[in-house]
Amino acid sequence: MPFLSADEWTAVALSLQVSLWATAASLPFGILVALVLARGDFPGKQILNGLVHLPLILPPVVTGYILLVTFGRRGPVGAFLEEQLGIVLAFRWTGAALAAAIMAFPLMVRAIRLAIEAVDPKLEQAAGTLGASRVLVFATVTLPLILPGIIAGAVLAFAKAMGEFGATITFVSNIPGQTQTLPTAIYAFLQVPGGEASALRLVIISVAVAMTALIVSEGVARLVARRIRGT
Amino acid sequence: MSLSVAVTHRFPGFSLDVAFEAPPGVTALFGRSGSGKTTLVNAVAGLIRPDTARIAVNDTVLHDSAAGVWLAPHKRRIGYVFQEGRLFPHLSVSANLAYGGWFAPRGAVEPGERERVVAMLGLGALLDRRPATLSGGEKQRVAIGRALLSAPRLLLMDEPLAALDDARKAEILPYLERLRDETDIPVLYVSHSVTEVARLATTVVSLSDGRTTRVGSPAEVLADPRAVPTLGIRDAGAMVSAVIRRHADDGLSELDGPGGPLLLPRIAAPEGTRVRVRIHAHDVILAREAPAGISALNVLKVTVAAVRAGEGPGMVVQLDAGGERLLARITRRSARALEIAPGLACYAILKSVAIAPEDIWIASGEETGAS
Repeated sequence: MPFLSADEWTAVALSLQVSLWATAASLPFGILVALVLARGDFPGKQILNGLVHLPLILPPVVTGYILLVTFGRRGPVGAFLEEQLGIVLAFRWTGAALAAAIMAFPLMVRAIRLAIEAVDPKLEQAAGTLGASRVLVFATVTLPLILPGIIAGAVLAFAKAMGEFGATITFVSNIPGQTQTLPTAIYAFLQVPGGEASALRLVIISVAVAMTALIVSEGVARLVARRIRGT
Repeated sequence: MSLSVAVTHRFPGFSLDVAFEAPPGVTALFGRSGSGKTTLVNAVAGLIRPDTARIAVNDTVLHDSAAGVWLAPHKRRIGYVFQEGRLFPHLSVSANLAYGGWFAPRGAVEPGERERVVAMLGLGALLDRRPATLSGGEKQRVAIGRALLSAPRLLLMDEPLAALDDARKAEILPYLERLRDETDIPVLYVSHSVTEVARLATTVVSLSDGRTTRVGSPAEVLADPRAVPTLGIRDAGAMVSAVIRRHADDGLSELDGPGGPLLLPRIAAPEGTRVRVRIHAHDVILAREAPAGISALNVLKVTVAAVRAGEGPGMVVQLDAGGERLLARITRRSARALEIAPGLACYAILKSVAIAPEDIWIASGEETGAS
């Protein structure tokens, strides 16, 4: 691609890879947690709610540091993953995806939770009397009805993941080709003399990706909502 | 017995203790709001779990707290028609109808059943539409079809017409009558409308403050002066059957009624048809002597069967007219003046125009009577 240098292109591709994985891998958890928060009634619900929203409030560098001490090679979870499963997150793109997923998680959960809360439980009750078990009620009634919310949540999470900086750079550093995503690449280019042109090109890409994501998500969500309402 | 129910449940400030057995057909649960109807149907559907219960449909026990049997709602196969339809907005009418069949045991929905239900409820033109584009009456018809096509053991209808205006009710009632006459699925029908109960029910279970006050046929229950407080004095009135003898030229139909001829506004049914007529208690006038020079066209010879005083100025008189029961609501003052007492022979006077069209309907499965 003539517009971008090889290094810049690597950062863009890596960012897309990290964000897509972060979104896709966290989506099932996002739906589950949203469901529990919207419909569940149990002690400790507020604590779960707080934990989910914590990355939104904490300084990203703190989240990154917590990830580092937990999922780093010497951290309790990181050591376990490496010894038992051979998975290393620290200073790898997978770690960047984990950081992005955690930072984007509150936005994803929030959008899906709102959609679930808008579903009339009476419809689910009706589906139950028609013979559908709880899992099938979810699959045939709840899930289709909250699809616009899921799409909105996923796109929002993707956009947030594309822009994640603080937690990523703290947890997995800024290694070109390994962990250097769009924002950390922009940061790196701004640190070296003559890097402004590269930084500017990446900024333009950032803006384009964010705008496209928002427009596409709005359009798709509206289309799906219209299809679901049947109007 | 096709349906047997015994439920006790205690809420703060309210207790439900109801037991009844009902033969096949439509069993109407009748009572004012707060009498425990909805709690009872939700217990039958498994949506709430009462303190103690034994609920069985035909040979299937749905809940037996003594034996520790409790079927989850989705395993009960109860077609629940809710007051507000509750159609799935993301599915077409066709898919809504198919929904229950997806989870019914294989072969439970007989081939051709769908076509039959679609024809019976007049849904053919709606199949490709979405619920959002349907009228209230259409929605309710689809909801009934959806419940029917889930191969239910029992249909549960919780005031399915309550959210509709009178015109829509009149549109759906004939479908419900066909449903009762053309299928052998037992129906538990919750209502506080005397008209619906009179037209549809095979058995009436009347509830009051969480207790069963009366179980019987609609003719018995509606003609029972003791049931009047439950029915509401404005709605009280018995039901008689009559056969259309002739349609007169002046817009009236002449019928052979209980204890004599009956003249009613023109009925859209052929001569010889047996109809049921609901006569509101407050439309009946009593006279000790045969009246003369009076505009009312119907004068029936009756005998006072029972008298029941209410709380207000009125009282309810049960009358025997040729073996059928009528109710009349008169004031205590009139009752005193006329010396109304059981055994008294008198005349019941009824204006033809007092009978509204929705209070006359064709008796089911009894086309001929006079010929």
